[in-house]
Amino acid sequence: MTDTMTTANANAMGRPLRRKEDARLLHGQTNWTDNIQLPGTLHMAILRSPMAHAKIARLDVTPALSRPHVVAAFGAAELGDLNGSIPCVWPVTDDIQMPAFPALAVDKVRHVGDVVAVVLASDKYAAADALDAIEVDYEPLPAVIDMEAAMKHGSVAVHAAADGSHGSNVCYEFPLKPTGDGSFEAAVAAAGDDAVVVKRRFINQRIIAGFMEPRAVVASPMGMSNEMTIWSATQIPHVLRVLLSLVTGLPENGLRVVAPDVGGGFGGKLQLYREEVLAVQIARKLGRPVKWVETRSEDMVASHHGRDQIQDIQLAATKDGKLIGMKVDLIANMGAYLQIITPGIPLLGMFMYPAIYKMPAYEFNCVGVFTNTTPTDAIRGAGRPEATFAIERIIDEMAAELGMDPMKLREMNWIKHEEFPYTTVAGLTYDTGNYEAAIAKALEAFGYDALRAEQEQRRASGDPVQLGLGISTFTEMCGLAPSRTLGALKYVAGGWEHCTIRALPTGKIELITGTSPHGQGHETAWSQIASSILGVPVDDIEVVHGDTGRAPYGMDTYGSRSLAVGGQAIKKAAERLIEKARVIAAHQLECSGDDLEFIQGEFRVKGDPAKAQPLAAVAFEAFSAHNLPDGVEPTLQAEATVDPDDFSYPHGTHLCAAEVDTETGKVTLRSYVAIDDVGIQVNPLIVEGQVHGGLACGIGQALYEGVEYDKDGNILTASLADYLIPSAADLPSFITGQTVTPSTTNPLGTKGVGEAGAIASTPAVINAIVDALRPMGVTDVKMPATPENVWRAIQTAKGGAE
Amino acid sequence: MTHVPISVTVDGAVYDAEVEPRRLLVHFLREDIGRVGTVVGCDTSNCGACTVLLDGQSVKSCSVLAVQADGRTVLTVQGLAEGEHKWHPVQEAFKECHGLQCGYCTPGMVMATVDLLNENPSPSESEIREGLEGNLCRCTGYHNIVKSVQYASELMGGSK
Repeated sequence: MTDTMTTANANAMGRPLRRKEDARLLHGQTNWTDNIQLPGTLHMAILRSPMAHAKIARLDVTPALSRPHVVAAFGAAELGDLNGSIPCVWPVTDDIQMPAFPALAVDKVRHVGDVVAVVLASDKYAAADALDAIEVDYEPLPAVIDMEAAMKHGSVAVHAAADGSHGSNVCYEFPLKPTGDGSFEAAVAAAGDDAVVVKRRFINQRIIAGFMEPRAVVASPMGMSNEMTIWSATQIPHVLRVLLSLVTGLPENGLRVVAPDVGGGFGGKLQLYREEVLAVQIARKLGRPVKWVETRSEDMVASHHGRDQIQDIQLAATKDGKLIGMKVDLIANMGAYLQIITPGIPLLGMFMYPAIYKMPAYEFNCVGVFTNTTPTDAIRGAGRPEATFAIERIIDEMAAELGMDPMKLREMNWIKHEEFPYTTVAGLTYDTGNYEAAIAKALEAFGYDALRAEQEQRRASGDPVQLGLGISTFTEMCGLAPSRTLGALKYVAGGWEHCTIRALPTGKIELITGTSPHGQGHETAWSQIASSILGVPVDDIEVVHGDTGRAPYGMDTYGSRSLAVGGQAIKKAAERLIEKARVIAAHQLECSGDDLEFIQGEFRVKGDPAKAQPLAAVAFEAFSAHNLPDGVEPTLQAEATVDPDDFSYPHGTHLCAAEVDTETGKVTLRSYVAIDDVGIQVNPLIVEGQVHGGLACGIGQALYEGVEYDKDGNILTASLADYLIPSAADLPSFITGQTVTPSTTNPLGTKGVGEAGAIASTPAVINAIVDALRPMGVTDVKMPATPENVWRAIQTAKGGAE
Repeated sequence: MTHVPISVTVDGAVYDAEVEPRRLLVHFLREDIGRVGTVVGCDTSNCGACTVLLDGQSVKSCSVLAVQADGRTVLTVQGLAEGEHKWHPVQEAFKECHGLQCGYCTPGMVMATVDLLNENPSPSESEIREGLEGNLCRCTGYHNIVKSVQYASELMGGSK
């Protein structure tokens, strides 16, 4: 059963190899940030605001200093100039409001969980105990939690500076931009009486990332002069190093950032967090290592949240089902401050509302709003799940309006496989795709027709448990991103990726990648790519990552970019290595480089296969340098930095069958089919695992998860007892499958898979629930579709009391 | 705070220590004796990442005081294999079935599985799902964890 690749002469690409990472992880031989215990470490404990909005009238940290084991305590005043401000690197418009975001709150707190003060003690329990001794007088201020209330002139202002012409708390307004043939209204008007417009308001609720390893950071100033080593449970060690240098003023060349074993991220660790800044600044000030590990309760209020958009969607079609246009008006909750890419998240969705469909008109408008809530930012999919939810939900609504089968309506409007490359109304050019193939495969695996028949039966018999079928035919953009495109969108950084490959004297390979895995299996998959090119056994390749000291260049891991972009760098570096080796091998074999062919890890003289030189022998020659050709430098290594030409576009069809108890509102997922086209696969086992995890996340949003605030801004879901991350008992097994349409935007033909499941599944589930209940008059269900929310939707449709 | 002497056998070795009465077993394991393979994922005993066996029964070591382990035997994921080459069938099965991704829930998931299979050598899918309800995973969607448990059951001689 096990496919453990150890021979050089088989192609490792595309095989379901068992992961290299697992031996360590399964034996507890791990290196989480929290495992790091340096001599002299001070443990940081954080006093967080219990109020959503208040003036700090008085703060006295000195009583904490007399507590046992306490070495120091800081409020903003004590930290002084070292209290840096967290930057936002995606100012999406020229007139965006970018308020100060100090690591320690200055004068005011703006959300529950805002950082007021810190205590440093030589014992972790003692640090937490001493928080009680800090004296704070808060003067409570009215809090604004509701986005629409926050937008109104005269609302409580989260930041004084944001009280401008747009309204009290408007961070930015991304202008209404008609694309395609013209405005939405004009397109509808042109269709005259033939136009059918469906308008819906969807609430894409606030969720958490839910990585299992809580955030953690250790900052150690112990080392060479000017040097600070930072271990952090982060997805972005390289980006973090740049940002920490910019924020702290510490020279970048003195900072080493290490992401050791990282226990999941899902976008939630794509961040520069204030706790990271505080650890560095305090370590610097006190000259001792500082360690902070969050509790889960802190995570729930302080790690960034995601989604939280009000989506006003209009879709227009002709009566026979031809799409005319779409108009999207978003209100996006920024939270109380801007984290690094908070404002840009809805804009990642902007491109994806038209999805797989052809339509001549499209308009998008987004207002970003400050509220007294935890800041939002990227969570698995980042903007694209919201877009996919809206389009796939409203397509179903349109189908109901037109009295058409929802799959039929999709089919009438999707881009046919022979129409690729296709430039969508949102301005993206999809390189390849074959929606028909994925859909056909999904329908077969699902047993669509039989389920529809059963649904009819249950409807006819008045079964209290109704059956609903939900469709989601999605696409997404991966491979973030061409640097010029990012620049055009006002994102500060680029989207390239780097790889260095070293052939060591003993024949082993060191593959140094700029991607930073935290569960994705890069060590295995990157070895497979390099093995297939270099002909070296997978087990002889060591993948080095996540440490700016050992892997100095990279843009890290998020946005399903690691393979689509990083994979290109691996391929190019490996090919360059072979070209350098060819020159040495030709010298060794006393022939011309052109006379050599590189097969199964060795250079062979064409027509005389007995004359051959393995790569390992060339590597040793490059090391000893006894007999190198003139002008060839010792050592055998090659590097490549690749900026992608374009995005890649995974797609697929997800089908969900849900049983809905109309008396209790309970939803049971009966079957779930996911057919994904992620292009060429490096390791199908890993691909499948990524899909499963994404499904759980997206189904979680549909059925179980949601951050709830009360009107005063208290989080009602501040622990895993209240916020329901699905357990094994809450989910079904999944039926997964693939179609393979290679991407043409990168030479490996890969697309990206990390977010697909999360993007596609939420609308599939909700569509299934609404489909089950539509005969009762239900046209939407609030997420998460808990029994209560489903029951209320039924009662409302019946005209009963809410 | 007064310290209390305890003696705990962890993964086959005896550890004598003096701990605060309030010290959690998981902190004793991780911070006092360096058994960092067992991890902490929450503070409400919901996630199960810290699951170990205490006298053969699975417990969440964040919900047990170190003093409660005095005189008792703890088995963590680090003590499960017999040497480098003799993996426990549950470990083998999780690797074979890709039952882990980031690996953070894994120590607890593996130990909870060992306990589940001790009690019920051939669980059905729903018994597996119910049995592991107290262990959260965000990466795998549990699909391959269920397969791993089924495969471990096979390896350990439980009939399907």
